[in-house]
Amino acid sequence: MSSSQAQADLAGNGRAGRRRPRMSGIARKEAIAGYIAISPWLLGFLIFQLVPILAALYISSTEWRILSVPEFIGLRNFDKLLFNDDLFWQSIKVTVIYVIFRVPFSAMLSLALALLMNQQLAGRRLFRTIYYLPAVIPLVAVSMMWIWIFNPEYGVMNSIIRVFGIEGPQWIHSSRWALPALIIMSLWQVGTGMVIFLAGLQGIPAHLYEAATIDGANTWQKFLSITLPMLSPVVLFALVMNVIGSFQIFTQAYIMTGGGPGNATLFLVLYIYRNAFEWFHMGYAAALAWVLFLVVLIISIIMLRSSERWVHYEGRMGGA
Amino acid sequence: MKTVISWPSNRYQLLHWSNRALIHLLAVAGAAAFLIPFLWMISTSLKPMEKIFQYPPQWMPEPILWRNYVEALTVMPFALYFRNSIFVTVLSVVGQILSSAVVAYGFARLRFPGRDILFIILLATMMLPWQVTMIPLFILFRNLGWINTYYPLIVPNFLGGSPFFIFLLRQFFLTLPLELDEAAKLDGCGPFRILWQILLPLAIPGLTTVAIFSFLWNWNEFLWPLIVLNDIDKWTIPLGLNGFRDQYGTDWNHLMAASFVASLPVIIIFFMFQSYFIQGIATTGAKG
Repeated sequence: MSSSQAQADLAGNGRAGRRRPRMSGIARKEAIAGYIAISPWLLGFLIFQLVPILAALYISSTEWRILSVPEFIGLRNFDKLLFNDDLFWQSIKVTVIYVIFRVPFSAMLSLALALLMNQQLAGRRLFRTIYYLPAVIPLVAVSMMWIWIFNPEYGVMNSIIRVFGIEGPQWIHSSRWALPALIIMSLWQVGTGMVIFLAGLQGIPAHLYEAATIDGANTWQKFLSITLPMLSPVVLFALVMNVIGSFQIFTQAYIMTGGGPGNATLFLVLYIYRNAFEWFHMGYAAALAWVLFLVVLIISIIMLRSSERWVHYEGRMGGA
Repeated sequence: MKTVISWPSNRYQLLHWSNRALIHLLAVAGAAAFLIPFLWMISTSLKPMEKIFQYPPQWMPEPILWRNYVEALTVMPFALYFRNSIFVTVLSVVGQILSSAVVAYGFARLRFPGRDILFIILLATMMLPWQVTMIPLFILFRNLGWINTYYPLIVPNFLGGSPFFIFLLRQFFLTLPLELDEAAKLDGCGPFRILWQILLPLAIPGLTTVAIFSFLWNWNEFLWPLIVLNDIDKWTIPLGLNGFRDQYGTDWNHLMAASFVASLPVIIIFFMFQSYFIQGIATTGAKG
């Protein structure tokens, strides 16, 4: 569809809204300009998001080795992944474990750092820079650094552990420690979360704390009854985005472990990548990608729904 | 607790000072932990090979081998990868700024039926794991003959760019007074001239934030270029670094030197525009 056609269609829809009084000439001009303004996004959304998602659903119902013609096989790909593919379940297991550990730990660490940065601290800007910097470095470079950090004999991680007289594990070379290693590494990149929380903390009005101080509340009580509730919308946002992002982990595993050892770090996106671009099972890879999409969608909805119980919004004070 | 009141009593004063000391101690300890990986990378990058496999590790390289950097950057065509990365990144940044500014303007300032629902759809797409679109997009670009070209990396950025940037700029436009538009309209300005001549110059801080994040994300992108670029001489920096490791996997000094150089542009940009980073994340909560 050409862009002018798309705009004409949309402008037509606008005109067809009969329940409202007819638009004046000026309003219609503004509406047309509005559709033109958002048309780059609308086209991008249709071409690069909506149509591909639906196309992926169609491809997932085919057996398609890129060079041949796609052959319709119905739900057989989903049947295979659910009941006949240990690697799929391994990739789900590994990804879910990563998300379950990474998200809460990084939330706690970034909240702790944000609380620290919210104190009167000499050189606060410098500290903030140091904590945030790891989050901007290219992930490929970060992965290279951490392969060397996790080197069992000469890496800095185990030489620090050796100071305590313990011999550290084999980290990314051990099927038991590879996943924890990637989780530890991800905690180095909590800078973004820290800045989000810091902005949230600075938005809490000081008079709430002053009132609580007059009432004789201690620091811990103030944290529980002012900081956490006031921060909860930000926490919800950060958690949801972090869960979504964590489900997409790929680069670290591709570079550092190649999914191993023994598939210990075969994350879902890595498994999708292998199926599609190393083994050229386009149909099966598309089915896996749809599983990723559904899992992320369902978990996001659950998180947003459950948030009504624990997220505090301004203007709805009081009531437990 | 933001304001610590100095109580007249000595006991409280003592508590206050020990608290402050503890806070500084924590901050310093944390900073040390965060800096160790960097120091380790830089230290390794300057060491001769025989000093790398040594226990206990030596933090200060002795002798300092600057030529590791020259060697690392010349055994593979890193200058070419830099050029490729800059080409892709600059065009992507331009595309993302232009398209997200126009779209954000539409959502912030112009009234049209369906605006709110479309904006909600836009926000919802922030939560989409893009890998679900990866296979159809690969097939689309393959049919267009665009595989192994830079089009798949650049063209989508001209069509809307990123919902984060649209959201960020929309919030920014909303803070500019509406009277500006009204006055220009009375003078006979059309909506796009208002954007171009009046709002964009005022939105430069917002546009800068977008430019910086766009640079960062495009420079660091790995999976999508990995899929669409095949030829070694088309590689971007992250692909080059990955290829370097495949060939010279245990040359840790060279690998660390190359990794450091690959990170350097982002580090420089980060130090130059730090406040924009912080501002951008604070408004959008960009990328967990």
